[in-house]
Amino acid sequence: MSEVLFEEILSPGATWSHILKRGTALHLTDIEGGANVGAILYNADCPVERLNIPDTLKAQHIAKLTQGFVLYSDMGRILCSMTEDSLGWHDALSGCADAAAVQAKYGVARYQEYRNEFHQNARDSFLIELEKYGLGPRDLSPNLNLFSKVGVEADGALTFQPDHSPPGSFVEIRAEMNVLLILSSCPHPLDPNPKYAPRPVQLTLKRVPSPTANDACRISRPENGRGFTLTERYFL
Amino acid sequence: MTELKLTESLLNPADAIYSEIIPAGESWIHPIQKGQTFRIVDLEGNQAVDTLFYDARDFADRYDFQNTIRAQGKVYLTAGSKLMSSKGNCLLTITADTCGRHDTLGGACATESNQVRYALDKGHMHACRQSFLAALLQYDSGLEKRDIPNNINFFMNVPVTPEGGLTFEDGISEAGKYVEMRAERDVLGLISNCPQLNNPCNAYNPTPVQVFIWDAINV
Repeated sequence: MSEVLFEEILSPGATWSHILKRGTALHLTDIEGGANVGAILYNADCPVERLNIPDTLKAQHIAKLTQGFVLYSDMGRILCSMTEDSLGWHDALSGCADAAAVQAKYGVARYQEYRNEFHQNARDSFLIELEKYGLGPRDLSPNLNLFSKVGVEADGALTFQPDHSPPGSFVEIRAEMNVLLILSSCPHPLDPNPKYAPRPVQLTLKRVPSPTANDACRISRPENGRGFTLTERYFL
Repeated sequence: MTELKLTESLLNPADAIYSEIIPAGESWIHPIQKGQTFRIVDLEGNQAVDTLFYDARDFADRYDFQNTIRAQGKVYLTAGSKLMSSKGNCLLTITADTCGRHDTLGGACATESNQVRYALDKGHMHACRQSFLAALLQYDSGLEKRDIPNNINFFMNVPVTPEGGLTFEDGISEAGKYVEMRAERDVLGLISNCPQLNNPCNAYNPTPVQVFIWDAINV
């Protein structure tokens, strides 16, 4: 059985970080619909080990993320498992916008005039949060975009899916290691909405049971069975 | 698969100022100046060439696969693709391509990911990330593991399906196919000529490639 440890709101356009301990899970809920949550992940005990998106995709033969799949580090270990998902597709390809892109798309909105509704961008948000953990620009690695769907056409064209996430959509990631998780609720870089409209997301941290021998993420692919073995060996 | 557009180059290898053959399983690191043209030739066909670029004046500004695919709105690389950096700069532009499609989603093989993908006892097999690290150590420029971002796989075919699947297909490259790019600023190039023996990216037979550099043509 899981036990709720704390709940918090990730405000629109804000940044959040936490060291998710092995044996806990973070449940994210898109309160209003249309949220996007950029996410970067590191091994909190040795941050040069970090989320590797190509390793994650090729080990599981996927170009998206959903329930039953896992997030691999560059060291062949599983940082987190995606244990629940109401959407079926989270984006791992599109990255994040920087200050120049946000200004070009939405115009200037400084703190002086807009207070905490000023325009933020996920790239700078990630860099600022990384600094708090002693990590710098050379440590910024590619990000996921939870709650967003970007498909790929036969010719390789990226297609952003509007209205992908209805109100109440949720996704849950279970930490298989101690994971530095940094989140930004800035809009998706390919969102065609001309208005800067980030959304709030509810965060619920839970203590959860260890994955069993027939855990859905462990048995979803033979690769993941080996990934769990290598992760469990790391803690021996 | 949609029909691929091929673009040939007018440059003559006899005019190149630099040429080197990179055997399979070895790395290559070399500066390329702004305006110079850089060519990689798949000498024997079906070889994956794992490639990275850094701004030569700011190694923190390096190839970024997400910025690159978002800038062009497409996941595959070919002539016209701008290879974008982490800070949003164009490092190089692909100017010629007789293969037609290159991957930037599949990343580099590693001893650790080989254990996940193939078997726990495959950890001893040579891998691209070993070659990348060897090159950085030898180049002695302060670059280290955290400076190895996700790379380009020239000549590799990794199609994405409409359902969000990722497939490693037989190479579409053949002997003599090449890709050519113009440096838009001074860059440092880093290559691992892929030693992978466990999947069809090298047709199970890693082979040498050749690189050329031409000076800017002053017309």
